[in-house]
Amino acid sequence: MADRAAVQGAKKGFALPQVPKILVYIVGFVPAVWLFYAGITDQLGADPMRYLEQALGLWAFRFLIATLAVTPLRQLFSINLLRYRRALGLLVFYYAFLHLVTYTVLDQGLDFAAIWADIVKRPYITIGMATFVILVPLALTSTNAAIRRMGGQAWARLHRLVYLAAIGAALHFILVVKSWPPEPMIYAAIVIVLLGYRLVRSLGRRAEPRRRPA
Amino acid sequence: MFIRRSSDILPSEITPREVYLNRRQWMAGAAGLALAAALPEGLEAAPLSAAKSPFSTDEKLTSREDVTSYNNFYEFGVDKSDPAKNAGKLKTSPWTVKVDGLVSRPQEIGIEDLIKSSTLEERIYRMRCVEGWSMVIPWVGFPLANLIKRVEPLGSAKYVAFETANRPDEMSGLRSVFPVLDWPYREGLRLDEAMHPLTILAVGLYGETLPNQNGAPIRLVVPWKYGFKGIKSITRISFVERQPQTAWNKQAPNEYGFYANVNPNVDHPRWSQATERRIGEGGLFTKRRPTLMFNGYAEQVASLYNGMDLRKYY
Repeated sequence: MADRAAVQGAKKGFALPQVPKILVYIVGFVPAVWLFYAGITDQLGADPMRYLEQALGLWAFRFLIATLAVTPLRQLFSINLLRYRRALGLLVFYYAFLHLVTYTVLDQGLDFAAIWADIVKRPYITIGMATFVILVPLALTSTNAAIRRMGGQAWARLHRLVYLAAIGAALHFILVVKSWPPEPMIYAAIVIVLLGYRLVRSLGRRAEPRRRPA
Repeated sequence: MFIRRSSDILPSEITPREVYLNRRQWMAGAAGLALAAALPEGLEAAPLSAAKSPFSTDEKLTSREDVTSYNNFYEFGVDKSDPAKNAGKLKTSPWTVKVDGLVSRPQEIGIEDLIKSSTLEERIYRMRCVEGWSMVIPWVGFPLANLIKRVEPLGSAKYVAFETANRPDEMSGLRSVFPVLDWPYREGLRLDEAMHPLTILAVGLYGETLPNQNGAPIRLVVPWKYGFKGIKSITRISFVERQPQTAWNKQAPNEYGFYANVNPNVDHPRWSQATERRIGEGGLFTKRRPTLMFNGYAEQVASLYNGMDLRKYY
C-alpha cells in the first residue's frame, strides 16, 4: 500500500508544498495596493492615472492567463494548482473591476455621456466592457454553494465563458495600442496557445472512439 | 528678425579669415571647457539664451521632469519612459540637416550654423498629443520660415517633407523584430503651414539644448497640430510638389491624417478628442479639460484652412 502510494505520488509529479489559499489573495493584491499607494504619492510618472489604468488591466489579464494555465500544467506537467484556481479567477474579476473603476471615475470623471459614447463607438472599449460583463456571472457563481446548486456540468459549461473573456482581453489590449508593439502580441500568443491546447485536446478526444474497434 | 542678404558685403571682407578661424577654435575650446565644467556626468545640455515671444502662452508650465521623461519617440521604444532611458545613445554632434528638393540653394547645414543664423526665441506652447493628454512646454527655437527663406524654394514647391535620423546602431527601436513604423519617421507640412510664424524648429527647452528624448538636436514644433507632427532629430528637409508620405499616416491612414490639426469635433476612431488631461495638473485625480479648436491657436491659423472640410482633411 505504502509503496503504491509512493509510486502514485511520483507519477503525480512534483509534490508542491501546500500554501493556504488566503496567501494567493494576499500576494495577488500586492500589485493593486502598491499601485494605488504609488499613484497617490506621485511615483507613477507624468501620467499616473494612465499608468494605474493600464497596470490594473494588465494584472487582470495576467491572472486570467494564470487561471487558464492551471489545466495544462496539471495535464502536461502534473503540476496541480487546482485548489488555487478559484482565487486566481476571482483576482481576475477584482482587477478587471478596479481597471473599470479607474476608467470610469479617474479617467472619465464619471461623465456617463462620454463613457456611453465610448462603449458604443470604440470597439476596444465595447470589447473591454463585454469582457467585464462576462466575468460577472463567473465571479457570482464562484462559490461551492453555486456549484452544488447548478450541478457540476452546467457550472462547468458556464465557466467555459472564461475562454471568451480571454479572447476579449487579448483583442482589447491589441486594439488599444497604436501600431503593433510586441507586448499585446505576446499576450495574444499566450492566449492562443492556452486555448489552442484545449481545442486540440478536445478534438483528439472526439476522434478517439472512432479508432477503437466497434 | 530676418535681415539676411540685405547687404552684398561678404563676411570675409569684414573679418579676415585667419582671425575668424582662430576665433572659432577658441570658441570651440571654450564651449568644450564650459560643458565639461557644467556637466560632470557627460550630459550634453548646454544653456541657450533666447528672446521672449508674444506667441508664448502664460499658462502654467509642465515640469521639466515630466516634459523630459514622458515621451513618444518610437525610435527608442514604444513605452513613454523608453526614450529617456535609451536616447542617450544617439550621437547628436556632429549633426547636419540636408535641405534639398525644389529649392534654389540646396545645402547641408551644420546644427551650430542653424542655431547661430537665427535669433533664438523662447516659445511657450501648448502641446496636445493625439492620445488625449497635453503639456505646456517652453521651447527654444526659431521660425522654420527663416530656414525656408535661406534656401529659396522654387515656385513649384508646395510641401515640405521632413525625415528623422535612421540609425539602428544608436536607436534601439529601429532594431525591433516587428517594426512599429516604416522607418525612417517622416512628416510633412504644406508650405504655407511651414511658413507660418507659429511653426518653429526647436533646438532647446527650458533654456537649454534639447535632451535627446525630446528630439535633439533639432525638431519641429507645430503647436496647432497633434504632437506626432513634431518630427524629432531631423536630418533632412525636402521641398516637394506633392503631399509627402508621413509615417503615422502610412501606418494607419484612417486614424492619422496628413493635417492632424487639433480638433475636438473630429474623433480619433478609437477615442474622443473632445477633452484632454493636462500632465502634472493634479496627479492621479487630474480632471479632463475641453480641447480647444486648433489647440487654442485658431485665431492665428484657422484661415489656413478656409473652405476645407476638416472632417475629410483630419
